[in-house]
Amino acid sequence: MNPAVPAPDSTTVPATSRPATSRPATSRPGAGRRPASPGGPPPPVGRRRGIAGRVPARLRRVALPYLLILPAVLLELLVHLVPMLIGIGMSFLKLTQFFLRNWSAAPFAGLDNYSVAVDFDGAVGRSLLHSFLVTVAFTVLTVGLSWLFGICGAVLMQGSFRGRAVLRALFLVPYALPVYAGVITWSFLLQRDSGLVNHVLVDQLHLFGERPFWLIGSNSFVSIIVVCVWRSWPFAFLVLMAGLQNIPADLYEAAAIDGAGWGRRLRAVTLPMLRPINQVLVLVLFLWTFNDFNTPYVLFGKSAPHEADLISIHIYQSSFVTWNFGSGSAMSVLLLLFLLLVTAVYLVATSRRRSDA
Amino acid sequence: MRDPRWLPWARWAGLGLLGLFTLTPLYVMLTSAIKPLQDVQGDFHWIPTTITLRPFADMWRTVPLARYFANSLIVASVAALVSVVIAIFAAYAISRFRFPGRRIFSVTVLSTQMFPGILFLLPLFMIYVNLGTALGVELYASRTGLIITYLTFSLPFSIWMLAGYFDSIPTALDEAAQVDGSGPIGALLRVVLPAATPGIVAVAIYAFMTAWGEVLFASVMTDESSRTLAVGLQGYATENDVYWNQIMAASLVVSVPVVAGFLLLQRYLVQGLTAGAVK
Repeated sequence: MNPAVPAPDSTTVPATSRPATSRPATSRPGAGRRPASPGGPPPPVGRRRGIAGRVPARLRRVALPYLLILPAVLLELLVHLVPMLIGIGMSFLKLTQFFLRNWSAAPFAGLDNYSVAVDFDGAVGRSLLHSFLVTVAFTVLTVGLSWLFGICGAVLMQGSFRGRAVLRALFLVPYALPVYAGVITWSFLLQRDSGLVNHVLVDQLHLFGERPFWLIGSNSFVSIIVVCVWRSWPFAFLVLMAGLQNIPADLYEAAAIDGAGWGRRLRAVTLPMLRPINQVLVLVLFLWTFNDFNTPYVLFGKSAPHEADLISIHIYQSSFVTWNFGSGSAMSVLLLLFLLLVTAVYLVATSRRRSDA
Repeated sequence: MRDPRWLPWARWAGLGLLGLFTLTPLYVMLTSAIKPLQDVQGDFHWIPTTITLRPFADMWRTVPLARYFANSLIVASVAALVSVVIAIFAAYAISRFRFPGRRIFSVTVLSTQMFPGILFLLPLFMIYVNLGTALGVELYASRTGLIITYLTFSLPFSIWMLAGYFDSIPTALDEAAQVDGSGPIGALLRVVLPAATPGIVAVAIYAFMTAWGEVLFASVMTDESSRTLAVGLQGYATENDVYWNQIMAASLVVSVPVVAGFLLLQRYLVQGLTAGAVK
């Protein structure tokens, strides 16, 4: 992610001309312990290191970056990569609750878990497809609205006016709030009888004759989008504001001298200049939203309503309610493949447009 | 360059609507936390009629909130601390060295961000359970397991952000330190780290927030003794009663530390974000 950084190879070169005392203790196999010629006075420092210190210094230079990334690599292996490989392996096993403690004994299932998951005539496949489509619609709407709110907020925040700093800080609170605290508050707001939403819509605005349910039934789809947008638009706002700050002011001045009005400056300067930031922002929002487990889990509890049956919750349920980990893993792998595909297509498409421009 | 005359009005209207949307839940959280129980069970009222601080006292008794709080604090602090140290080393390697495998490492680490948590939840659950039985190491349902898991969640972003931050520190600075007799590690400790303090603080806050707010793994990988706030707060909803006022009071109390930290240091977070993202 950091291309085009000048390679600072030179930073490591002076290693051979440094006094031995300040060298890191790691990765110098025995070099410093070598006895200087016994009896006589020790040879000049630079000279001794020129002969004995060269190979270890070179080795150290090669090994050092690997030592530096080693802890990160080990942890990523333990928590992400190995489990992912095991997960892929599990998806080919008939891994039901009988084999949980001794899962090497689980019989091989071939592609059974997959064929069940994508058999859209069967119950499992049909509900997975439903959940997938719900998630796609949910993600598109949530990301779109979050971005829209974010850009509106960021553009309107430009310039200086009274209360700007306070407002900016307040806007960021939903993002800073722990997920469960914010979402649990929303579930209180959305209660049918004691919630604020029905109080406003029914008692004050008289928009509905009867109090609607927001956490079950078809309205739950609207609820989850509202809550997710509430949580994620401040992130878009934060990133876009940072992006706006990086647009040089003389671009706006040049456009203004050319007679461009406010709207034209927005279209001709602001939005094109934000494109690199937008490329990353939309992708990150997409992945977070699509994979979001925390919001629906806290909002609806373990059983999500059919209309808001997001994919993470769906897989979680089909794994931990039925304890069929093989089938749950197969669904997770399918989800990962889908995300990889979308990300790859997205990156290719947006990068090409960028280099055309 | 003149702003159009309608802009202040549009600003007032647009920011007002966004503010209403953003702040209403926070207002409800604040006001419901000081209402007696019967006032949060009946019809909603914008203005509290009776004000009480009882929920803030009762919330510690309804569920063992203090224990959840301590668990969350230990897990999030240790995870943040370890994650920052590991991220500093890795980011320094990426920023200052060119070595075979560097690109693969950065791409792999970043791409773990896109894995659905659910994909490695099941295997990790089984690894922890089986490691526990095989080695006698308690990883499942322990704070250690949760710490190890959480610190990897913040690692990719932390490494990426710090590498961007380190890139913006001129290499001439560490070269000078090396000429003065420091090794690469000495240059990192004496020159790069002090110059990158804002970025490091931002990353630490990010890591803490990530661990403090995580729900999925906490719901599966904890038991009653290691339960964190993320799961514990759901204990206020019992069969008979939902103590909404205590839930709001508890939500308020568990949010204050992270929100305060975030707001104090959001400027650094923005700096770090742009340092990493613009490239």
